[in-house]
Amino acid sequence: MVDLRVKIHKLDLKNPVMLASGTCGFAEEINSFFDISKVGGVFLKGTTLNNREGNNYPRMAETASGMLNAVGLQNKGVDYFIDYIYPRIKNYNTPLIVNVNGSTVDEYIKVTEKVDQLEHIPAIELNISCPNVKEGGMAFGISPKGAKTVTREVRRAYSKTLIVKLSPNVTDITEIAKVVEGEGADSVSLINTFLGMSVNAETRKPRLSTITGGLSGPAIKPLALRMVWQVAGAVKIPVIGIGGIMNAEDAIEFLIAGASAIQTGTALFKNPVVPLEIIDGIKDYLLRHNLKSVSELTGSLHL
Amino acid sequence: MEKRFVDDFLVIDNIQLNENSFLVRMFAPKPLPEIKAGQFVNAEIKDCREIFLRRPFSVFDIDYSNNYLSIIVKILGRGSNQLARVIKGDTISLIYPLGRSFTYPSEHEKILFIGGGSGVAPMLFLAKDCGLPRDNVDLIIGARTFEDHINVNDYNGYGKFHFTTDDGTYGFEGLVTEHPLMKKNLSSFDKIYACGPLSMMKAVAAEAVKKDIFCEVSLENSMACGFGVCLCCIEPTKRGNLCVCTEGPVFNIKDLKW
Repeated sequence: MVDLRVKIHKLDLKNPVMLASGTCGFAEEINSFFDISKVGGVFLKGTTLNNREGNNYPRMAETASGMLNAVGLQNKGVDYFIDYIYPRIKNYNTPLIVNVNGSTVDEYIKVTEKVDQLEHIPAIELNISCPNVKEGGMAFGISPKGAKTVTREVRRAYSKTLIVKLSPNVTDITEIAKVVEGEGADSVSLINTFLGMSVNAETRKPRLSTITGGLSGPAIKPLALRMVWQVAGAVKIPVIGIGGIMNAEDAIEFLIAGASAIQTGTALFKNPVVPLEIIDGIKDYLLRHNLKSVSELTGSLHL
Repeated sequence: MEKRFVDDFLVIDNIQLNENSFLVRMFAPKPLPEIKAGQFVNAEIKDCREIFLRRPFSVFDIDYSNNYLSIIVKILGRGSNQLARVIKGDTISLIYPLGRSFTYPSEHEKILFIGGGSGVAPMLFLAKDCGLPRDNVDLIIGARTFEDHINVNDYNGYGKFHFTTDDGTYGFEGLVTEHPLMKKNLSSFDKIYACGPLSMMKAVAAEAVKKDIFCEVSLENSMACGFGVCLCCIEPTKRGNLCVCTEGPVFNIKDLKW
């Protein structure tokens, strides 16, 4: 048998295949297709201190090999999550990770402190890379100074596993990765969506209510892979690879480039059972290549 | 949460209904779960790389004995254009069953369906599935012109049909909301169901509100996932922004901010 287990700081994952925040709801929706305990972990829908209605419709535009979204962190706020959603999902037998958002450092801290009280949430993913909100979000993730401040303050407030989700909308992603590592992040996950745009030529109108939105899907995979490779070479903490992973082969490419684990996201919209196919595909690959453990793949790029 | 599935269906046949509409009948690889009128599937042609996302379609018919599920594909853009061209033996992947169904009428109620375009599919399904006698069911089906109407002869036993065309080439000349049944007899109905172009549904809803009659509409907001995770298909409602795919696609007009 092959060993699929992976460790991300204090998190023990049964396999490296996790579900990306904003693409798997609060785990229940994917659990309606298959037993969610089979995946390595679930990054829950981005959560803020207060209720957010998100952006206006339309929020989505299909693109070549991908899609743009401008959801804008619609969620009912952390207290609603704690009172109504958490009790329903807390016993899923897989790590549930809250994706923490804020428009100010103070909001990030408040959400973190509330989530810290939850026994069955072993980690948070600090989202400093959402491109669809007017305040906060990506603003923190595109400057070393912003990333430094919010990571430092949240680290002070939180002793469980802290993962920071990075934005690709920067000149040098390794610079941001090194800064958050320096402030005590236990892992980095990358990448969030690329800022993009779509126009309806017939009407001359933007296809998104917000004009710009985040691009995801296979269209961004080579860019994501490059960034994962760069960051894995620049930091010592484990890297979680995200960006257009549609199948096992894509996932394996990210592991070889330096990721310890991966998240599949937009692929779930097309195929909600894709995580199972990726897990099986990784197993087959390890057997075919006579590897005992998936960790042997991480950073094994032949140069 | 109810169980959902993603499976490959085999195309049994594809019958052209009019210039832009196609009736696609598919065989399910395993026994179909109960599916009610108003629910939908999210479809993609297997291994089609040109279209990235799936396309949602109301279920038009279920044949549990043969394990067939049918949809009506109306060509609106690139995705539906691809799906309209499938032939016997092709494979379509469906995510199903999705969304909430219409509130089925109770016995003895008199109901009115108002449909246009691809909105005819869930109307006919509900007329057939609701179990009411023919006399209790009226359907107003609207189209631009005679050629845009589809043949509904198989459904004559389930309700009394009334047709409208914008140009008067078939049935009543004018919009569905101008039909005499809407103008004079609306109060005789207990429930109204509408599915079709947004402007049509809004006009129907306005009449229903005036007469204080129960009215449900089925919305067609564009969506990515179809099962409530992408949060792209939202409709502003009195309960906040709700996903059309999971909280709808059927909404009581009292919940909408129309």
